[in-house]
Amino acid sequence: MEENNSKYQVFVVNSAKYMTLTTPKFDKRKKWQKADPKEVRSIIPGSVIEIFATPGQKFKEGEVILTLEAMKMYTKVQMPFDGIIKSVNVAKGNRIPKDTLMFTLE
Amino acid sequence: MSFKRNILDLRKRKKEAQQGGGEKAIEKQVAMGKKTARERIKAILDENSFHEYDLFVEHTGRDFDMEKKVLHGDGVIIGTGTMYNQPVAIYAQDFTVAGGSLGLMHARKITKIMDHALKMRVPLIGINDSGGARIQEGVNSLAGYGEIFYRNTNASGVIPQISVILGPCAGGAVYSPALTDFVFVVENISKMFITGPGVIKTVLGEEISMEELGGAMVHSEITGNAHFFAKSEDECFEQIKKLITFIPWNNAQKALKFPVQEPLLKKSIDEIVPADPHLPYDIRDIIKAITDGSDFFEVMEYFARNIVIGFGRIQGNTIGFVANQPMYLAGVLDCDSSDKAARFIRYCDAFNIPIVTLEDMPGYLPGVDQEHAGVIRHGAKLLYAYSEATVPKVTVIIRKAYGGGYIAMNSRHLGADFVFAWPTAEIAVMGPEGAANIVFKKEIDEAENPAEMRKQKIQEYKDKFANPFVAASKGYIDEVIEPSETRARLIHSLEISGSKVDPRPSKKHGIPPF
Repeated sequence: MEENNSKYQVFVVNSAKYMTLTTPKFDKRKKWQKADPKEVRSIIPGSVIEIFATPGQKFKEGEVILTLEAMKMYTKVQMPFDGIIKSVNVAKGNRIPKDTLMFTLE
Repeated sequence: MSFKRNILDLRKRKKEAQQGGGEKAIEKQVAMGKKTARERIKAILDENSFHEYDLFVEHTGRDFDMEKKVLHGDGVIIGTGTMYNQPVAIYAQDFTVAGGSLGLMHARKITKIMDHALKMRVPLIGINDSGGARIQEGVNSLAGYGEIFYRNTNASGVIPQISVILGPCAGGAVYSPALTDFVFVVENISKMFITGPGVIKTVLGEEISMEELGGAMVHSEITGNAHFFAKSEDECFEQIKKLITFIPWNNAQKALKFPVQEPLLKKSIDEIVPADPHLPYDIRDIIKAITDGSDFFEVMEYFARNIVIGFGRIQGNTIGFVANQPMYLAGVLDCDSSDKAARFIRYCDAFNIPIVTLEDMPGYLPGVDQEHAGVIRHGAKLLYAYSEATVPKVTVIIRKAYGGGYIAMNSRHLGADFVFAWPTAEIAVMGPEGAANIVFKKEIDEAENPAEMRKQKIQEYKDKFANPFVAASKGYIDEVIEPSETRARLIHSLEISGSKVDPRPSKKHGIPPF
């Protein structure tokens, strides 16, 4: 029994410490991070149909900066606030997964 | 005569008990931007209709010097009253009394009013504003929670249960609202979580504010725990008063019938859907083009926006609408949207509300996150809910109806009573691009110009299958209709279904994939 204890980890619940195993799903969980408002990420996988923004360009909130074809539909990606495009990280024709960093803003 | 003295004594006692936690505590409550428990009850019920019970109940705590403390009403107000002259039961936790903490007698008051509500078959409204279990009462407060959950579950599907979160609702306390039909939250006031930011920081090192962890918008948009979001308590009370007009008082009744109104259309229903199937539009415009007075009361507006659910009326009768929303995520089905719609369908079925489904759905959302999040079992909830429902079920296919989603969205095969399609409908096993690649693989591969051949074959497939006529030729669709006929067709099909009987095999209960 003694030597088996090494595989157990310390786990704190309700301010008490327990020795226990963890599950693969628990180990793979992502730490929560506050979303960076200066990043524009894809919310659905798709193909980049058109990019309307180049680095340095100014846009007003709500203006369309990219068209993404996802699930047979053209989704317009809008500028989240008045600002400047810092970088464009995708190109026309790219197939991108969900949560791809498409633009950084400033 | 001493009689008068008794009455004066009663008045004095009542006045004192009705003060709750006293002036200072009330001042604090108001400073937090919150109304008092009594004000809240008054704001929800018809004027002067509230009758209180158990005002003089005292707590039973005997440890940690609790026996010396007086907690008026033990931190909760219970009673009955009316809304639109119809009886309802209500309770409101009083944060000014020991932080609204739940001890045994506090819980007993709540379960008393719950028992009444269930026996009398009237809706139950619970206003939550509590710091949680009263630690000094130990396991007694846990017993209290458990007795509430048990009654929530028993009453589920028999009487409407509405939870209003107007303050903290943390730890075990969150499970009563979660077991009820509709949860109302208010910005900056509602806070719901199992473990607070402090514990999360110590255990996992994640730093997060209370609002970001369990604020009103988080539960409306991300977790799906809340159904209605309001910016103020007053707006929240208006929402409750509106919701209650759409639902029946219990599962043996139908919702109240209202005077018939024609939709107040700004533009014709034909003009809402863009000709290019790649372009989005707001499906709620179509719902408003169909409903009486163009009135649509959306439920869970911010969660899984790719599907829209809510109530409207057709010919004065309440209808539950389930509609894919092309404006968000192309209207796909995914874990959250399946879960959202399935629960709503079961609500409508339990309370005799016919379901109208509007379909424009390109398929299930692809992605590792979806597969690993269990889109199979979450998606199955939708199939289960539609198949199980015995209320009248009518589907209108507006545009896309592809693959598994076509089956899931109340197809004929899951027991729809009537299925209509607009001429713009595309009903097929998969989209033309994907299908052509598979069906015509050999021709495309062997062609001199594969790209050209591919284009040609996609068009061929589109012409042949991306329309409603193949499905109509097999009777899977009852009729292909012009958009302008939609309301008239729905009115008639719902009228015809008025006495629908759809017996199912007798069983204790099914085992839905939740």
